[in-house]
Amino acid sequence: MTEEVETKDAIKTQEYFVNMGPQHPSTHGVLRLMLELDGEIIKRVIPHIGYIHRSIEKMSEKDSYRQIVHLTDRMDYLSNHMNNEAVCLLVENALEVEVSDRVKVIRTIMSELTRLSSHQLWWGVMGMDLGALTTFLYAFRDREMINDIFEETCGARLTVNYNVPGGVMFDIHPNFQKRVKDFIKHFKTKLPEYDRLLSDNVIFRQRTEGVGILSKEDAISYGVTGPTGRASGFSNDTRKHKPYSAYDRVEFKEILMDKGDTFSRYKSRILEMWESISIIEQLIDNIPEGEIQSPAVKQVIKLPAGEYYQSVETARGELGVYVVSDGQKSPYRLKFRSPGFSNLFVLDHMVRGYKIADLVAMMSTIDLVIPDIDR
Amino acid sequence: MNAIRTYFRDIFHAIKTLLTGMRVTGYYFSHARKEIITQQYPENRDTLKMFDRFRGIVTLEHDENNEHACTGCSACEIACPNGTIEIVSDRVEDPETGKKKKIIDKFIYHYSMCTLCNLCIISCPTDAIKMDPSFEYSTFDRKDLTMILNKPGSQIRKDVK
Ligand code: SF4
Ligand code: SF4
Repeated sequence: MTEEVETKDAIKTQEYFVNMGPQHPSTHGVLRLMLELDGEIIKRVIPHIGYIHRSIEKMSEKDSYRQIVHLTDRMDYLSNHMNNEAVCLLVENALEVEVSDRVKVIRTIMSELTRLSSHQLWWGVMGMDLGALTTFLYAFRDREMINDIFEETCGARLTVNYNVPGGVMFDIHPNFQKRVKDFIKHFKTKLPEYDRLLSDNVIFRQRTEGVGILSKEDAISYGVTGPTGRASGFSNDTRKHKPYSAYDRVEFKEILMDKGDTFSRYKSRILEMWESISIIEQLIDNIPEGEIQSPAVKQVIKLPAGEYYQSVETARGELGVYVVSDGQKSPYRLKFRSPGFSNLFVLDHMVRGYKIADLVAMMSTIDLVIPDIDR
Repeated sequence: MNAIRTYFRDIFHAIKTLLTGMRVTGYYFSHARKEIITQQYPENRDTLKMFDRFRGIVTLEHDENNEHACTGCSACEIACPNGTIEIVSDRVEDPETGKKKKIIDKFIYHYSMCTLCNLCIISCPTDAIKMDPSFEYSTFDRKDLTMILNKPGSQIRKDVK
């Protein structure tokens, strides 16, 4: 008896490093995490980024403001409309141009559709990360309808490039309203299915509840925005605090949770989908008439010298665009404050003391898009 | 006693949630024909219709007389963020008026560098170029993706200024 205890004590464990990624299905892109492990317990996570760096900020310095917009599609490709919108809003604010109500409403509907499609994809992938493959197929079934809407009106499914400074590229397709309404009707019956399939599942609950708790203070000090921060009770919704486009004329709730665990982050996105649906429903029937491109924005855009900042709420959090202009056709310096970057670096803080499988669950609920982090 | 009750309640609850989830999958299993959205792609090629606005490739439109509307103004070349378009133009004398006029010699389009952003299309003053919804352009040689869009012998349409 005593001998056995002795041998147990005599076993020395050694900490070691394991590379997770850059090619790993649950890092959702080319992200490399160096895990410092003690057995299966995570001591530290060191994210290594840069595998998909395309220097979008530097490229923007040679591009005109019209051209920059299409690069932003390629950052957070799941929030493509919001990224486009951020640059367009910045240019419009700098030039002090007011876009028509029609453009504002179209942009808002498009952004919310994008948010829905992003959250759908996230939900499917989240289930898949935790071992439920079916969720992925269901999410993609519903997401396909949104992609069709984009394809019909904007001409592309992912890299839409639909917003232009001063408006939108084309008017909405005649089928647009019908398609959106069909989708909303369809998705309203499917979203409760998401809950039945995953949210209530006992295995899923046990793997997510009480795991990876992020306190409100930490969320604020790490600058964690989006549903990830709101699940910790950090009220940061740009749509509420600094309304842009048509967000000041619609009613919606900012989803705030207080626990800050993996399940709250999951639940906040599910509830956010309901809010997006309600925003679209409020707007879709009364798209006002108006011009789709403001004539006040010239073909060659030169911003007055100075510094500009514009933030929008993407599906992942607050995306900020900061431009220093010296009065030329292209910005002197352009910087994106991407939500994914701040959200990724809270992972180390969150995951210490948990197991690798928990890391996968946490990473899913942070909802990382690697090109957004690397740019 | 209480602990045992909780124990069994948890088990029943767990089984219930699992069955709820399985009912959803079961429904789709028994209604497998419902809501199929996947398409049998290479097989349905004949009937596959892309949306009109779908951006597949940039084309220079020619009418039945082998005429196009491109004046060689290079607006698209300037609008393109990637240097995808190269306009090689000549100056020739118009036989009627005797004035020098710009005409395109070659409209070179590097498809491999095109991000299909549509900026060239909206910048063209004469609507000479269009997005075509065709998309099957994979090839074994990158050189095949550099195309000359104006057809040999084509001319600018008379009414285009
Ligand atoms: S395609 Fe249009 S924009 Fe381009 S050179 Fe010809 S006329 Fe000009
Ligand atoms: S679609 Fe965009 S990238 Fe392609 S040729 Fe036109 S402007 Fe250039």
